[in-house]
Formats: sequence, structure tokens, C-alpha cells
Amino acid sequence: MNSDIPKHGFFPRELEDEAIYILREVAAQFEKPALMFSGGKDSITLVRLAQKAFYPGKIPFPLIHVDTGHNFPETVEFRDWLAKETGAELIVRYVQDSINQGKVKEETGKYASRNALQTVTLLDAIEEFKFDACIGGARRDEEKARAKERIFSVRDDFGQWDSKRQRPELFDMLNGRIAIGENVRVFPISNWTELDVWNYIKEEEMAIPSIYYSHQRQVIERDGMLWADSEHLNKDADEIPFEATVRFRTVGDMTCTAAVASEAVELDDIIGEILSAEISERGARIDDKRSEAAMEKRKQQGYF
Amino acid sequence: MDILRIATAGSVDDGKSTLIGRLLYETKSITQDKIEALEMASKRKGLDFLDLSLLTDGLIAEREQGITIDVANIYFSTPQRKYIIADTPGHFEYTRNMVTGASNTKVSMILIDARNGVLEQTFRHFFIASMLRIPKVIVCVNKMDLVGYSEEKFNAIKADIQAIADKVSFEGQEVTFIPMSSLYGQNISIQATEMPWYAGLPLLAELESTSFDEIKKPARFPVQFVVRPKTEEFHDYRGYAGKIASGSFSVGEEVTVLPTGQTSKIATIEKFGTQLQTAGAKESVVITLETDVDVSRGNMLVKAHNQPSQLKEITARICWMDSQPLVAGKTYILQHGINDSKAKIIALNSKIDVVNQDTIVDAVSELKLNEIGEITLKTAKPIFADKYADNPANGAFILIDDQTNSTAGVGFVL
Repeated sequence: MNSDIPKHGFFPRELEDEAIYILREVAAQFEKPALMFSGGKDSITLVRLAQKAFYPGKIPFPLIHVDTGHNFPETVEFRDWLAKETGAELIVRYVQDSINQGKVKEETGKYASRNALQTVTLLDAIEEFKFDACIGGARRDEEKARAKERIFSVRDDFGQWDSKRQRPELFDMLNGRIAIGENVRVFPISNWTELDVWNYIKEEEMAIPSIYYSHQRQVIERDGMLWADSEHLNKDADEIPFEATVRFRTVGDMTCTAAVASEAVELDDIIGEILSAEISERGARIDDKRSEAAMEKRKQQGYF
Repeated sequence: MDILRIATAGSVDDGKSTLIGRLLYETKSITQDKIEALEMASKRKGLDFLDLSLLTDGLIAEREQGITIDVANIYFSTPQRKYIIADTPGHFEYTRNMVTGASNTKVSMILIDARNGVLEQTFRHFFIASMLRIPKVIVCVNKMDLVGYSEEKFNAIKADIQAIADKVSFEGQEVTFIPMSSLYGQNISIQATEMPWYAGLPLLAELESTSFDEIKKPARFPVQFVVRPKTEEFHDYRGYAGKIASGSFSVGEEVTVLPTGQTSKIATIEKFGTQLQTAGAKESVVITLETDVDVSRGNMLVKAHNQPSQLKEITARICWMDSQPLVAGKTYILQHGINDSKAKIIALNSKIDVVNQDTIVDAVSELKLNEIGEITLKTAKPIFADKYADNPANGAFILIDDQTNSTAGVGFVL
């Protein structure tokens, strides 16, 4: 249906200037910021922007990754490589530890995922390191609750987001003042779309994990989507894995991210696919499909 | 590729969300899965048409009440440019959201229901667009299908609104009128078939053709962050990082540091190692100077021959955004760009009755949420601001309540 859309592959540089400005405000206004790193393309973009914002100095805050234990191995490998490459400090905290401590309980059933569990691990890490600002790669075009969130989003002691208590953000003035115990989630690429991110990755010639490109993988078909087969996926007896040529458009856990059939081996192929796509990016996120307000409800609980 | 930022303003039920939904739909910015979700949600509500407003009303409370509460940011692009729409709610009690949403924009789209014509809200929308000095206003006369696509009706509304615009517009503000039906896609991305009498452009073409002459503004560089790597390679490096607020800077130019008044010359302008000759407004750069001068966060680099005033007493128009009213004698934190200072309200000079365009001078004791007035305040440190009307990028500030930390109001330097 979208065949008449022209291919416009230009990245608006104003978005980079804006994101760098926001990152510098974080470094100036907060005592202990951290960058929440997931290994996905959005947080990889954030790392790039942070490198640029403080060059020739180093990134003045650590990267923190909440490892669910269900991450794609390619993502974890990439994470370690990027930390080394940029010289940034990397902190990893494990959902498995939260489970062992009895703070959260593993979900059961065939849709079991650790996506909701990671919030507890994240909040514990924020408390452990006394982080007062956590930078995330969320974008407003992803989902309609996110479309209403501020760039500096204040969370209370429990990490909760209250959509009715948001501070107005006027012009480019960012108010990061908080009370003790509160912290701020910061979203420097709020105004980027999925296409902007890919155009930026291309123009900047950035490396990304291999699973974003087309590859052979064992999958099962469930609810009209392709799920990566792994030891973490609870399968029904009739869900028999088969090999398919796929790539991932968005990267979360192996248990909550669906693959798309794709032959895209270059960035240009990926950009072409997005321009002609009939399904949105988060359409491949099984965690969003739980209800119409799934994202807002998770944010109220402290999800980033 | 450039970005055009637009704010929408309207009243309850004038079809604003539908208009935005229509723009997204006709520029093919909504994917199939979202349309399907919309179909399902529309059916659940018992509607027999696609309720495009469900696309933007993202909060649970909004869907429950069927109204828009908070500013939503919506994105679409064409081969020409990227668009960001700040969709702001039209209720009286949400003036603060309207000002917030419009603060970053160049175009204001004001929606009018063709059946109702001018409402009290219309005055408020025009006043805010004017106060923020938004260079272009597009008046979308919507729901023309419900008045039989009548040219007469459109012309009558246009005349009424032109009268308001004549009162509150500033010199150089452009006001354009478009009759449309967002429900039936008339004059959104393609010329209306039902209104052959309308000779102007449909909405999308009007947006695509919008451009602004860059008026030369004074050079202002607020220093955000001092880059000092202290590594072997960059041992003595001192770079001043920031986003140019207005005007431009070039290598070799003499600059003055505020507040110290020290001068130096620009040695380099850098962007991640790339050396630039010149950089302009909105660019995030690092500037190094030829000589060692004392520069820290909150300082500003300007050109010697064109400096802003160093203000310690400021008269400003204020839009109040907090449930705690503004009162004379109270102390706030004033944040101007990235600079801040304690500030004390000396006097509440007047309150503006936006709807009747009257200024109330007598016995103004407080400014409540969503009210607009004029105040005088005193700051502890000098603020390097221009008059908002002369240079909007360096003429606005926010007031922060130092007890709750909330952003309590926005001010425009007079």
C-alpha cells in the first residue's frame, strides 16, 4: 500500500544537536547520571551521541545494563565490545539475582517473559548506585503513552511515572531539580522516529548487533508472528521449530521480541523495509500487546 | 532535511484529533497494524467509522473521558521535511499545556468548528500565538461538511477571526484561512472536491510551502559544559560546549564573556573533532578560545558590539502554570536558558483578561494557574536576556518553585 512513498533518506541534523544539548544538561545538572544500555539500536545511538557530546573528553557517566538472562547472545557480546571500544564504564545487574533473592517470581505459561521483572532489578540498581538521572533511548513515536512523556521525566522513590504530575517543558529549558529519593528518566531521542534512527546509524556508519540483519534462525510460529526458538521459550507440543530467513526490527528479550522474515543484509535494505512496512516497530513487541494501555501501566510501575 | 514544528489548538469536539489522524493517514504515516487496532477500538466504542482521534489520545484517562489532556507529540514526514506536531488540548483549564506545546513551534494551527464559528477559546489561542510570537497561524475551519460546504459561512467566520487577528497579531505574523473537513479528507492533502470556490492551497501543501526568512539575530552562546579531558593527548584542552541560541559565530572573531566582560578570539569551533569555520543557531558545538579566560557554566559568549543587557531587575509577561498562585514577595528560582538565579517577585503589575483583551491593573494580588499577567522581579545574579520580542531564543525564562521543584511559570522579557 505504501509503494508511492518516495525514499527520503536524510537525517535532520537538528535532532542530533538537540540530543547532544540534552546529554550535556544531564552531565551538568545531575550528580550521578547513568545511561541505560539495552544493546538495542536506540541505546547504541545514545552511546554515540554521548561520545560526541563530551568529545574529546570521555563519556562522563557509566552505562548500566539490566541483564534478564534472556538476552540474545549477540546483544551481550556487542555490549561488551562497545564498552571497550568507547572506554565507557559498564555496570551489569542481573534479573536472576532478583529472582534468587525472592524479590520477583518467574512468570509461567507459554507467554512467560522476564520483561516486567527487570523493573525491580533496575530500581534496585538505581538505589545501589544512587543514580539521580537515568538516560534512556525511548522515542515518542513508539507508542502513544510515550508520546506524552517529557524529556526530563521525574519519578518518585518507587520509580513511578505520574502522567498528571508532569512538569511543563518550555522552549529548550530543562528543569532537573528533584527531591532526595526522586530520580529523573531522560529521553534525549524523544523526537526521533524509527526511520531517523536508521538514517543516523547509516550516516554515522555505526556498528550494530548482527541480529538486526537478515540471518538463518530456528523459529516457531505463534499468533501470526515468528518467535526465536531458545531454551527460554516455553513451547506447546505442536509448536515445532523450523529454520527461516529473518531479522529483528527491535531487540528486547528472546521471549518478547518477534522476528520478521527479511532478506535485508545492508542498512539500505533495512531502511527500504521500514519505508514500506505495514506493521509498526512495537507491533513486534509481544509485551505491548497485553492490553491497549500496557505501556502506561508499566510506566506507572517504574518501567523505563 | 529540516524540521517544521507545529502546534495545534482547538476546543472540545472541533475535530482536532481527527484532523491529525487524517494528516497521518493521508501521508501514510500510520502502519497497517495501527489501523487495525483503530478499527477494533472504534468498533468497541460502537462507531461505524474509523475514529482517528484514538490515534493520539494515549493516556487511559483520555480514552475514558474521550478528551485530550496532555500535550502529545506526533511525527510524520514527507520528502520535503520532517514534521513534529505538538497536539495541545483545548480546554480552558489547560492553557498551560497550550503555551508549553506552542513554545517550540513556528506554526500554530487553530481549529474552528464551522458550525460554531468564533468561541471564547479562539481569543485565547490567538493571544497565545501572538504572545509566543509564532510567525505563522493557519486557521483550519473544520467540519465544513456540516454547513453544506458553504462559502458564505466560511467568509463570515474568516471576517470574525480577521478582526481578532487585527487586534492581537504582531507585525509580520502571517494568518492563513483554510476551509476543510477532516472527517471526509477535504482540503487536507488534496484539493477539496466539494469546495471549488476555495482558491488557496490544501493544508499539507500550505505546510510544505511554508518557509521563514531568517532575520539576523544577535549572536548568543550560553556555555553549558566545560570540556576538560585532562588526557595526555589533550592535556591543556579547555572547550566550551553549548548550543548556539541565536546568530552565528566564526573562527577568528572576537568575543566577550558575560558576566566578566573579558574578551578573547575564537580559536576553533568543533563538532566531535570536525572543525567548522562558522556555526549558527541551534547547533551544538564546542568553542575554544585563543587566550585563557575565566569561563564557566551559565556564562555567555557574545560579540562585543552587540551585547544583551545584564539584568538584575526584569519586567516580564508571565503565564502561570502552577496550582500554587504567584504572589508578590515570594522567591523562586529563575532559569534563563541554562543559567539560573534566585529571583524575588517585587510587584505584580497587572493581569490580562485574554478574552476581552483588557488589562486589569487595580488590586492584582495573585496570579492563578492559567492566568497571564505582568510582573517585575529582582534576581540575585545578572541574567543576560534580550527582549522576547526582539530575540525570542534569548528572551524567555521559567520560574521554578524551590519548595516543590515544579516549573511554576514561564516569563517573556519585556
